Amino acid sequence: MTITASQVAAAPPRAGAASLPRPPASIVPLRGLPFAAAAVGLLIGSIASDWTWGLDFCHVAGGGAWTAIDLFVGLVVGPIIGRMSAQARAEFSARFMPAMLLLMPTLVTLTLGSGFQLARHLHFLDTSYPGHAWIVASFFVVGTMAVIAIGILEPANLAVLFEMRKPQPDGELIGRLMRRFVYTAGVTGLLQLGTLIIMTHLAA
Amino acid sequence: MSGVPASSGRSAGRGGGLDRRLPPVLEVGIVAMVLCIAGVIDLVSHVPRTPDLRPPLGLLAAAAAVVAANVVALARVDDFNWRVFRVVGAWTLLAYGIIAGMLVFTFVYDRLPAGQLSLLAVTLAVFAVDIPMMLAFSVARYQPVQTDGR
Repeated sequence: MTITASQVAAAPPRAGAASLPRPPASIVPLRGLPFAAAAVGLLIGSIASDWTWGLDFCHVAGGGAWTAIDLFVGLVVGPIIGRMSAQARAEFSARFMPAMLLLMPTLVTLTLGSGFQLARHLHFLDTSYPGHAWIVASFFVVGTMAVIAIGILEPANLAVLFEMRKPQPDGELIGRLMRRFVYTAGVTGLLQLGTLIIMTHLAA
Repeated sequence: MSGVPASSGRSAGRGGGLDRRLPPVLEVGIVAMVLCIAGVIDLVSHVPRTPDLRPPLGLLAAAAAVVAANVVALARVDDFNWRVFRVVGAWTLLAYGIIAGMLVFTFVYDRLPAGQLSLLAVTLAVFAVDIPMMLAFSVARYQPVQTDGR
């Protein structure tokens, strides 16, 4: 997502926010796009060729990274950010949030797309499968995480990035949105524990 | 579009401060998402049987109505940075289109029955309005209002 500074009009100065660090010129880190495209390409190829190893790889690697990042951000990085100064928090956000904007949707697409296909191949989706209740439970967990991610987490992520691009960012607003981001990351981290329980039950 | 300044929900004012109110676009958008996702879960949890399509259809219709109401409520707001809203909305729609395209590819590849495929396609279409609107709103609400309108 590239948006020039002229497209976001200037806000009036805010006390203590004049020297906040800025995110890069492009909201989405463009250098990461080829990697995201390669990951999605691998997923499409795996689905189209019914390549079980490819689907397994996408699901395990994507799901592992997604779970680990959610847990790490929500339960480790979040509390640390909460104790940082406004300046340090803004500096961290300017570098961290653009990466998350590209990384997380890619990992989620990879994990869910391959997971659905694997479940179909292995007949886990069938109502006759003994662990079907666990599968349905995983749908609820993933659905809840999707609502939190798209309805709360990503809006906060984007709003922080755009606020930081203003000539005079509002430090108080950034702090408030970052807290929302970190809390919701913590909630999704806890939901990820539920995913781990479900997936290990299915694998047992 | 008439100029209804506000209904509820805290948001940014002309200078980006918390001094005016906007429709609760995010909250209502989340309700629509929950309705859509509930319908999809109901649909998918009955595989391989062909489920009764009426419950997911009802949930989808309710979601579409909620999204339509959200669009109308937001469209009636004049005091808003529509330029930023359009820019963010367009890029979000592009990103969403890629993900939705992946999903449609999977559904078609899996040879889903026509009824289920249609329902899922319409669900994705409702999402295509709901999600970009939520994300664009979440950015534009904190941007200073421009005087050149829409």
